[in-house]
Amino acid sequence: MKIIVDTGKCVGAGQCVLTEPALFDQSKDDGTIIVLNETPDGELAEKAREAAHVCPSQALSLEE
Amino acid sequence: MTIVENHEFPMARTCPFAPPPAYEEIREEEPVSRVRLPDGEWAWVVSRHEDVRTVLNDRRFSADRQHPDFPQLVKGEAASRRPDEERTLITMDAPEHGPARKAVLGEFTVRRLEALRPRIQEIVDGQIDALLAGPQPGDLVDSLSLPVPSLVICEMLGVPYADHEFFQEHTVKVIKQSTPPEERWAATKAIQGYMADLIAEKEDNPPEDLLGRQIVKLRENGTYRRTALAGMGFLLLVAGHETTANMISLSTVAFLRNPEQLAMIKADPGKTLNAVEEMLRYFTIIDAATARLCVEDIEVGGQLIRAGEGVLALGYSANRDPRAFENPDELDIERGARHHVAFGFGPHQCLGQNLARMELQIVFNTLFRRVPSLELAVDVDELPFKDDANIYGLYQLPVTW
Repeated sequence: MKIIVDTGKCVGAGQCVLTEPALFDQSKDDGTIIVLNETPDGELAEKAREAAHVCPSQALSLEE
Repeated sequence: MTIVENHEFPMARTCPFAPPPAYEEIREEEPVSRVRLPDGEWAWVVSRHEDVRTVLNDRRFSADRQHPDFPQLVKGEAASRRPDEERTLITMDAPEHGPARKAVLGEFTVRRLEALRPRIQEIVDGQIDALLAGPQPGDLVDSLSLPVPSLVICEMLGVPYADHEFFQEHTVKVIKQSTPPEERWAATKAIQGYMADLIAEKEDNPPEDLLGRQIVKLRENGTYRRTALAGMGFLLLVAGHETTANMISLSTVAFLRNPEQLAMIKADPGKTLNAVEEMLRYFTIIDAATARLCVEDIEVGGQLIRAGEGVLALGYSANRDPRAFENPDELDIERGARHHVAFGFGPHQCLGQNLARMELQIVFNTLFRRVPSLELAVDVDELPFKDDANIYGLYQLPVTW
């Protein structure tokens, strides 16, 4: 799996960080998404799917 | 084709634990349909989860409440619209909205808010101490629900809590549906004027609080204007005040009515954050407030919506849509409700959502642990629910322990 983000779409809701802080963080300056691990597997891949599902701006997509 | 508006909006709740009964009929029979607004205009309502998310996350829908065609949910509001009014994040569209939101977002990141946790815990404990030291029955709204979010947002912004009665009084006028438009405007102006004065005092030597840091940051990028920051401060103060307060009160009632759900979070506080999501979904205290104006033709749920037409995205209906939530009318803290739209969706999704989550989590974990004998002092039927407010909730919540 590969995590693809569109920071232009990101609205900084932080739902991804809430889902899995090991995968995602937010820019201190403007709250937009920072991916900490672009190619998660196992349980973390499942978390990435949940994060994509709850992202309010569809800034987060997955290449499976 | 004859055009019939079968329903009038906004629609009041008839039961504190359920959406207006007509929502289900609309959602199942005519999910995108025309309704009549208080001023006699019509608008579309969109009622299914998927369609609500589409409306709230597509640039063809505008949030510009100053536009003459924007759907108005309060009678007489259109006539009192002021085009010169300072824009806030709520009314901005792209491309203005993104940079303005991002300027303040750094204050609300998950990690930054996490640093506030010990202080919020302290505030919650202090309020519960005061409740327990007071007479029985006590009012939970007065002792816990209102002061907790109010103290927290005041500290964050750098607003003296001593002034809370002033803005509490005006906030109530801003969100009550029955407030005449002129009075609502005066109340809004009063809070914004208060904010502008407070910000002016901070300008010379900006302090280490949200407003102080915003002054520095906005000056650095050359966009600082006192009135604009006062508008932002107004928004954060009002939003941070009433919403979490009402969720604390309503969720407390729901937990006490559903002891088996309460037992789960008491046994495992790790479940409380999921319970918070479920409470947000279950009550959806801000419902039809997520109105939009269509600015370019688009099809939603098989229905063509044209530029110039108003749309109400019914969050409460979406959050009870069986297509998105199994047995949606059941309160089930373990269901996994994170895809609810109680905070809205898309670029305008609640800025303070993670602050609200943390406050609710701390309150539930602390209140029921410290006051295990907590009970309602009156029947649920006798509780004063806010049937007349844009933000649903409770005016008082008498409890004993």
